[in-house]
Amino acid sequence: MKVGVVTFPGSNCDYDAYAAVQHVMGEDVEFLWHKSTDLLGCDLVILPGGFSYGDYLRGGAIARFSPIMEKVIAFGRSGGMVLGICNGFQILTECGLLPGALMRNSHLRFSCKHVYLKVEQTSNPYTQLCIKGEVLKIPIAHGEGNYYNFDNDIKKLEDAGQVVFRYCDVNGDVNSEANPNGSINNIAGISNKEGNILGMMPHPERVVEDILGSADGLKILESIRATIAVAKTVSN
Amino acid sequence: MAKLPNVRIIDVKLTGFTRMTNNKKEVSPQAVVYVRLKEGVLDPQGVTIHKALQQMGYNEFISVRTGRFFELEVDSDSDNYDKRLDEVCSKLLANPVIESYRVEKL
Repeated sequence: MKVGVVTFPGSNCDYDAYAAVQHVMGEDVEFLWHKSTDLLGCDLVILPGGFSYGDYLRGGAIARFSPIMEKVIAFGRSGGMVLGICNGFQILTECGLLPGALMRNSHLRFSCKHVYLKVEQTSNPYTQLCIKGEVLKIPIAHGEGNYYNFDNDIKKLEDAGQVVFRYCDVNGDVNSEANPNGSINNIAGISNKEGNILGMMPHPERVVEDILGSADGLKILESIRATIAVAKTVSN
Repeated sequence: MAKLPNVRIIDVKLTGFTRMTNNKKEVSPQAVVYVRLKEGVLDPQGVTIHKALQQMGYNEFISVRTGRFFELEVDSDSDNYDKRLDEVCSKLLANPVIESYRVEKL
Protein backbone atom coordinates (compact mmCIF):
# COMPACT_ATOMS: atom_id res chain seq x y z
CA MET A 1 0.00 0.00 0.00
CA LYS A 2 1.00 3.61 -0.38
CA VAL A 3 0.23 6.06 2.40
CA GLY A 4 0.23 9.86 2.19
CA VAL A 5 0.79 11.91 5.34
CA VAL A 6 -0.30 15.53 4.99
CA THR A 7 2.00 18.12 6.55
CA PHE A 8 0.37 21.39 7.52
CA PRO A 9 2.31 24.23 9.10
CA GLY A 10 2.17 23.20 12.75
CA SER A 11 1.67 19.46 12.25
CA ASN A 12 3.86 17.62 14.73
CA CYS A 13 2.83 13.96 14.46
CA ASP A 14 3.52 13.67 10.75
CA TYR A 15 6.90 12.01 11.33
CA ASP A 16 5.41 9.57 13.84
CA ALA A 17 2.88 8.46 11.24
CA TYR A 18 5.56 8.29 8.57
CA ALA A 19 7.84 6.19 10.79
CA ALA A 20 5.06 3.81 11.79
CA VAL A 21 4.18 3.10 8.15
CA GLN A 22 7.72 2.97 6.76
CA HIS A 23 9.88 1.50 9.52
CA VAL A 24 7.42 -0.65 11.42
CA MET A 25 5.14 -1.80 8.60
CA GLY A 26 7.64 -1.57 5.74
CA GLU A 27 5.15 0.12 3.42
CA ASP A 28 5.50 3.06 1.04
CA VAL A 29 4.78 6.47 2.52
CA GLU A 30 5.01 10.02 1.22
CA PHE A 31 4.64 13.39 2.87
CA LEU A 32 1.98 15.52 1.17
CA TRP A 33 2.69 19.23 1.58
CA HIS A 34 -0.41 21.29 2.40
CA LYS A 35 0.12 23.53 -0.62
CA SER A 36 0.31 20.58 -3.00
CA THR A 37 -2.76 19.45 -4.93
CA ASP A 38 -1.54 15.94 -5.77
CA LEU A 39 -2.27 12.92 -3.58
CA LEU A 40 0.41 10.95 -5.50
CA GLY A 41 -1.84 7.93 -5.95
CA CYS A 42 -1.92 7.11 -2.24
CA ASP A 43 -4.34 4.42 -1.00
CA LEU A 44 -4.71 6.09 2.39
CA VAL A 45 -4.40 9.73 3.41
CA ILE A 46 -3.49 10.46 7.03
CA LEU A 47 -4.25 13.88 8.49
CA PRO A 48 -1.82 13.83 11.40
CA GLY A 49 -1.92 15.36 14.86
CA GLY A 50 -0.44 18.69 15.83
CA PHE A 51 -1.47 22.30 15.87
CA SER A 52 -2.07 23.23 12.25
CA TYR A 53 -1.93 27.00 11.83
CA GLY A 54 -1.28 27.30 15.54
CA ASP A 55 -4.85 26.19 16.30
CA TYR A 56 -5.79 29.81 15.60
CA LEU A 57 -9.54 30.42 15.49
CA ARG A 58 -10.45 26.77 16.21
CA GLY A 59 -8.49 23.51 15.87
CA GLY A 60 -8.46 22.59 12.17
CA ALA A 61 -10.54 25.59 11.08
CA ILE A 62 -7.88 27.10 8.84
CA ALA A 63 -6.17 23.89 7.72
CA ARG A 64 -9.40 22.76 6.06
CA PHE A 65 -8.94 25.52 3.46
CA SER A 66 -5.40 24.38 2.50
CA PRO A 67 -5.04 23.56 -1.21
CA ILE A 68 -4.46 19.85 -0.50
CA MET A 69 -7.74 19.60 1.42
CA GLU A 70 -9.81 20.11 -1.72
CA LYS A 71 -8.25 16.89 -3.07
CA VAL A 72 -8.56 15.09 0.27
CA ILE A 73 -12.27 15.98 0.49
CA ALA A 74 -12.90 14.76 -3.07
CA PHE A 75 -10.87 11.59 -2.36
CA GLY A 76 -12.86 10.86 0.82
CA ARG A 77 -16.21 11.59 -0.83
CA SER A 78 -15.41 9.15 -3.63
CA GLY A 79 -14.66 6.33 -1.17
CA GLY A 80 -10.93 6.87 -0.57
CA MET A 81 -9.59 6.03 2.88
CA VAL A 82 -8.90 9.07 5.05
CA LEU A 83 -7.70 8.75 8.66
CA GLY A 84 -7.72 11.87 10.82
CA ILE A 85 -5.82 11.63 14.08
CA CYS A 86 -6.28 14.26 16.82
CA ASN A 87 -5.87 17.58 14.96
CA GLY A 88 -6.66 15.54 11.83
CA PHE A 89 -10.02 14.57 13.39
CA GLN A 90 -10.69 18.26 14.07
CA ILE A 91 -9.93 19.05 10.43
CA LEU A 92 -12.34 16.30 9.29
CA THR A 93 -15.19 17.76 11.35
CA GLU A 94 -14.40 21.33 10.28
CA CYS A 95 -14.48 20.39 6.59
CA GLY A 96 -17.68 18.40 6.97
CA LEU A 97 -16.34 14.94 6.09
CA LEU A 98 -17.37 13.88 9.59
CA PRO A 99 -20.30 15.26 11.60
CA GLY A 100 -20.12 17.17 14.89
CA ALA A 101 -17.39 19.27 16.46
CA LEU A 102 -14.49 18.93 18.91
CA MET A 103 -14.70 21.37 21.77
CA ARG A 104 -12.42 22.34 24.64
CA ASN A 105 -11.93 19.52 27.14
CA SER A 106 -14.56 19.93 29.84
CA HIS A 107 -11.85 20.37 32.51
CA LEU A 108 -10.06 22.96 30.29
CA ARG A 109 -6.68 21.22 30.63
CA PHE A 110 -4.48 19.65 27.99
CA SER A 111 -4.47 15.87 28.56
CA CYS A 112 -1.48 13.75 27.58
CA LYS A 113 -1.68 10.14 28.80
CA HIS A 114 -2.45 6.56 27.89
CA VAL A 115 -6.15 5.75 27.75
CA TYR A 116 -8.16 2.63 27.01
CA LEU A 117 -10.49 2.40 24.05
CA LYS A 118 -13.32 -0.02 23.52
CA VAL A 119 -13.68 -1.14 19.92
CA GLU A 120 -17.40 -0.78 19.17
CA GLN A 121 -17.38 -1.60 15.46
CA THR A 122 -15.34 -4.11 13.52
CA SER A 123 -17.19 -3.92 10.23
CA ASN A 124 -15.18 -0.93 9.00
CA PRO A 125 -11.76 -0.94 7.29
CA TYR A 126 -9.94 0.49 10.31
CA THR A 127 -10.86 -2.12 12.93
CA GLN A 128 -11.67 -5.22 10.93
CA LEU A 129 -8.82 -7.18 12.57
CA CYS A 130 -10.04 -6.27 16.08
CA ILE A 131 -12.58 -8.19 18.10
CA LYS A 132 -15.80 -6.37 18.97
CA GLY A 133 -15.50 -5.09 22.53
CA GLU A 134 -11.70 -5.44 22.52
CA VAL A 135 -9.81 -2.92 24.68
CA LEU A 136 -6.90 -1.03 23.10
CA LYS A 137 -4.29 0.97 25.01
CA ILE A 138 -3.54 4.12 22.99
CA PRO A 139 -2.41 7.57 24.18
CA ILE A 140 -4.20 10.89 23.85
CA ALA A 141 -2.59 14.35 23.71
CA HIS A 142 -5.12 17.12 23.24
CA GLY A 143 -6.84 20.15 24.72
CA GLU A 144 -9.82 20.10 22.38
CA GLY A 145 -11.07 16.55 22.11
CA ASN A 146 -14.50 16.88 23.63
CA TYR A 147 -16.74 15.45 20.90
CA TYR A 148 -20.00 17.31 20.65
CA ASN A 149 -23.09 16.96 18.54
CA PHE A 150 -26.79 17.54 19.05
CA ASP A 151 -28.88 14.78 20.62
CA ASN A 152 -30.66 13.70 17.44
CA ASP A 153 -27.38 13.66 15.50
CA ILE A 154 -25.73 11.57 18.21
CA LYS A 155 -28.65 9.15 17.97
CA LYS A 156 -28.16 8.93 14.20
CA LEU A 157 -24.44 8.21 14.69
CA GLU A 158 -25.15 5.54 17.27
CA ASP A 159 -27.95 3.93 15.25
CA ALA A 160 -25.81 3.80 12.12
CA GLY A 161 -22.90 2.20 14.01
CA GLN A 162 -20.59 5.12 13.30
CA VAL A 163 -19.15 5.27 16.82
CA VAL A 164 -16.01 3.16 16.39
CA PHE A 165 -14.12 3.85 19.65
CA ARG A 166 -15.24 4.80 23.16
CA TYR A 167 -13.09 5.71 26.16
CA CYS A 168 -13.28 2.94 28.76
CA ASP A 169 -11.34 1.61 31.74
CA VAL A 170 -8.83 -1.23 31.59
CA ASN A 171 -11.66 -3.75 31.88
CA GLY A 172 -13.62 -2.28 28.98
CA ASP A 173 -16.19 -0.59 31.19
CA VAL A 174 -17.40 2.66 29.58
CA ASN A 175 -17.90 5.14 32.45
CA SER A 176 -17.44 8.84 33.19
CA GLU A 177 -14.18 8.29 35.13
CA ALA A 178 -12.63 6.82 32.00
CA ASN A 179 -13.68 9.81 29.89
CA PRO A 180 -10.68 12.17 29.60
CA ASN A 181 -12.40 15.17 28.00
CA GLY A 182 -16.17 15.13 28.57
CA SER A 183 -17.09 13.82 25.12
CA ILE A 184 -20.70 12.76 24.63
CA ASN A 185 -21.22 9.01 25.19
CA ASN A 186 -17.44 8.68 25.78
CA ILE A 187 -16.90 9.00 22.02
CA ALA A 188 -13.21 8.77 21.05
CA GLY A 189 -13.53 8.04 17.33
CA ILE A 190 -16.21 8.00 14.64
CA SER A 191 -16.48 7.08 11.00
CA ASN A 192 -18.65 8.33 8.18
CA LYS A 193 -21.64 6.19 7.17
CA GLU A 194 -19.69 4.37 4.48
CA GLY A 195 -16.81 3.65 6.89
CA ASN A 196 -13.97 4.87 4.64
CA ILE A 197 -13.30 8.01 6.70
CA LEU A 198 -12.28 7.70 10.36
CA GLY A 199 -11.52 10.42 12.89
CA MET A 200 -10.10 9.65 16.32
CA MET A 201 -8.55 11.73 19.09
CA PRO A 202 -6.12 9.03 20.39
CA HIS A 203 -2.83 8.45 18.56
CA PRO A 204 -2.44 4.91 17.15
CA GLU A 205 0.76 5.92 15.30
CA ARG A 206 2.48 6.47 18.66
CA VAL A 207 1.99 2.90 19.87
CA VAL A 208 3.31 0.55 17.21
CA GLU A 209 6.04 -1.32 19.15
CA ASP A 210 6.02 -2.80 22.65
CA ILE A 211 8.96 -0.62 23.64
CA LEU A 212 6.61 2.37 23.24
CA GLY A 213 4.32 1.07 25.99
CA SER A 214 1.83 -0.60 23.68
CA ALA A 215 1.63 -1.93 20.15
CA ASP A 216 -2.15 -1.66 19.92
CA GLY A 217 -1.97 1.08 17.29
CA LEU A 218 -0.72 -1.57 14.88
CA LYS A 219 -4.09 -3.31 15.03
CA ILE A 220 -5.61 -0.27 13.33
CA LEU A 221 -2.77 0.09 10.81
CA GLU A 222 -2.82 -3.65 10.04
CA SER A 223 -6.59 -3.49 9.51
CA ILE A 224 -6.01 -0.71 6.98
CA ARG A 225 -3.29 -2.75 5.23
CA ALA A 226 -5.59 -5.79 5.02
CA THR A 227 -8.45 -3.66 3.62
CA ILE A 228 -6.25 -2.12 0.94
CA ALA A 229 -4.72 -5.49 0.02
CA VAL A 230 -8.20 -6.95 -0.55
CA ALA A 231 -9.30 -3.90 -2.54
CA LYS A 232 -6.24 -4.23 -4.78
CA THR A 233 -6.80 -7.96 -5.35
CA VAL A 234 -10.40 -7.29 -6.36
CA SER A 235 -9.49 -4.44 -8.73
CA ASN A 236 -6.77 -6.55 -10.39
CA MET B 1 6.19 37.97 38.56
CA ALA B 2 6.37 40.04 35.40
CA LYS B 3 4.38 43.23 35.50
CA LEU B 4 1.54 43.22 33.03
CA PRO B 5 1.28 46.16 30.66
CA ASN B 6 -1.48 48.63 31.30
CA VAL B 7 -4.55 47.75 29.30
CA ARG B 8 -6.83 50.48 28.09
CA ILE B 9 -10.43 49.41 27.97
CA ILE B 10 -12.12 50.80 24.89
CA ASP B 11 -15.60 50.62 23.51
CA VAL B 12 -15.31 48.65 20.28
CA LYS B 13 -18.13 50.68 18.78
CA LEU B 14 -15.97 53.79 18.90
CA THR B 15 -12.93 52.25 17.24
CA GLY B 16 -12.49 52.39 13.52
CA PHE B 17 -9.69 51.66 11.15
CA THR B 18 -8.08 54.98 10.43
CA ARG B 19 -5.21 55.84 8.17
CA MET B 20 -3.60 58.97 6.84
CA THR B 21 -3.95 59.59 3.10
CA ASN B 22 -2.68 62.85 1.61
CA ASN B 23 -2.55 64.25 5.12
CA LYS B 24 -6.27 63.51 5.46
CA LYS B 25 -7.49 61.10 8.03
CA GLU B 26 -9.70 58.44 6.44
CA VAL B 27 -11.88 55.99 8.26
CA SER B 28 -12.72 52.69 6.56
CA PRO B 29 -16.07 51.05 7.01
CA GLN B 30 -15.93 48.34 9.57
CA ALA B 31 -17.86 45.20 10.36
CA VAL B 32 -17.76 43.57 13.76
CA VAL B 33 -18.63 39.89 14.02
CA TYR B 34 -19.58 38.40 17.37
CA VAL B 35 -19.30 34.61 17.66
CA ARG B 36 -20.67 32.63 20.59
CA LEU B 37 -21.60 29.06 21.41
CA LYS B 38 -25.20 28.19 20.60
CA GLU B 39 -27.78 27.98 23.35
CA GLY B 40 -27.55 24.63 25.09
CA VAL B 41 -23.91 23.99 24.18
CA LEU B 42 -21.84 23.70 27.34
CA ASP B 43 -19.27 26.47 27.70
CA PRO B 44 -16.69 25.15 30.20
CA GLN B 45 -14.73 28.42 30.14
CA GLY B 46 -17.86 30.39 31.02
CA VAL B 47 -18.68 27.96 33.83
CA THR B 48 -15.16 28.28 35.26
CA ILE B 49 -15.23 32.07 35.08
CA HIS B 50 -18.62 32.07 36.78
CA LYS B 51 -17.28 29.89 39.60
CA ALA B 52 -14.41 32.37 40.06
CA LEU B 53 -16.89 35.26 40.25
CA GLN B 54 -18.86 33.41 42.94
CA GLN B 55 -15.69 32.81 44.94
CA MET B 56 -14.93 36.53 44.65
CA GLY B 57 -18.35 37.38 46.03
CA TYR B 58 -19.97 38.69 42.84
CA ASN B 59 -23.08 36.63 43.40
CA GLU B 60 -25.45 38.81 41.41
CA PHE B 61 -23.97 37.46 38.15
CA ILE B 62 -25.77 34.17 37.75
CA SER B 63 -24.08 32.84 34.63
CA VAL B 64 -21.30 33.63 32.18
CA ARG B 65 -21.04 32.73 28.52
CA THR B 66 -17.86 33.42 26.59
CA GLY B 67 -17.41 34.29 22.94
CA ARG B 68 -15.18 36.30 20.69
CA PHE B 69 -15.40 39.12 18.27
CA PHE B 70 -13.65 40.03 15.03
CA GLU B 71 -13.16 43.48 13.54
CA LEU B 72 -13.05 43.49 9.76
CA GLU B 73 -11.90 46.51 7.83
CA VAL B 74 -13.86 46.81 4.59
CA ASP B 75 -12.74 48.36 1.32
CA SER B 76 -14.77 51.57 1.11
CA ASP B 77 -15.47 50.92 -2.60
CA SER B 78 -17.48 47.77 -1.85
CA ASP B 79 -20.96 48.95 -0.98
CA ASN B 80 -22.85 45.70 -0.79
CA TYR B 81 -20.81 43.04 0.91
CA ASP B 82 -23.53 41.63 3.20
CA LYS B 83 -23.77 38.29 1.42
CA ARG B 84 -20.02 37.84 1.28
CA LEU B 85 -19.67 38.78 4.94
CA ASP B 86 -22.27 36.17 5.78
CA GLU B 87 -20.22 33.58 3.88
CA VAL B 88 -17.09 34.61 5.79
CA CYS B 89 -18.94 34.09 9.07
CA SER B 90 -20.46 30.72 8.25
CA LYS B 91 -17.45 29.27 6.42
CA LEU B 92 -14.63 30.43 8.65
CA LEU B 93 -15.23 32.72 11.62
CA ALA B 94 -17.91 30.53 13.20
CA ASN B 95 -18.43 26.78 13.20
CA PRO B 96 -22.18 26.61 12.52
CA VAL B 97 -22.38 23.19 14.20
CA ILE B 98 -21.79 24.69 17.64
CA GLU B 99 -21.62 28.47 17.23
CA SER B 100 -23.91 31.32 16.24
CA TYR B 101 -22.84 34.75 15.06
CA ARG B 102 -24.10 38.29 14.86
CA VAL B 103 -22.84 41.08 12.63
CA GLU B 104 -22.69 44.80 13.33
CA LYS B 105 -21.80 47.22 10.58
CA LEU B 106 -20.26 50.51 11.63
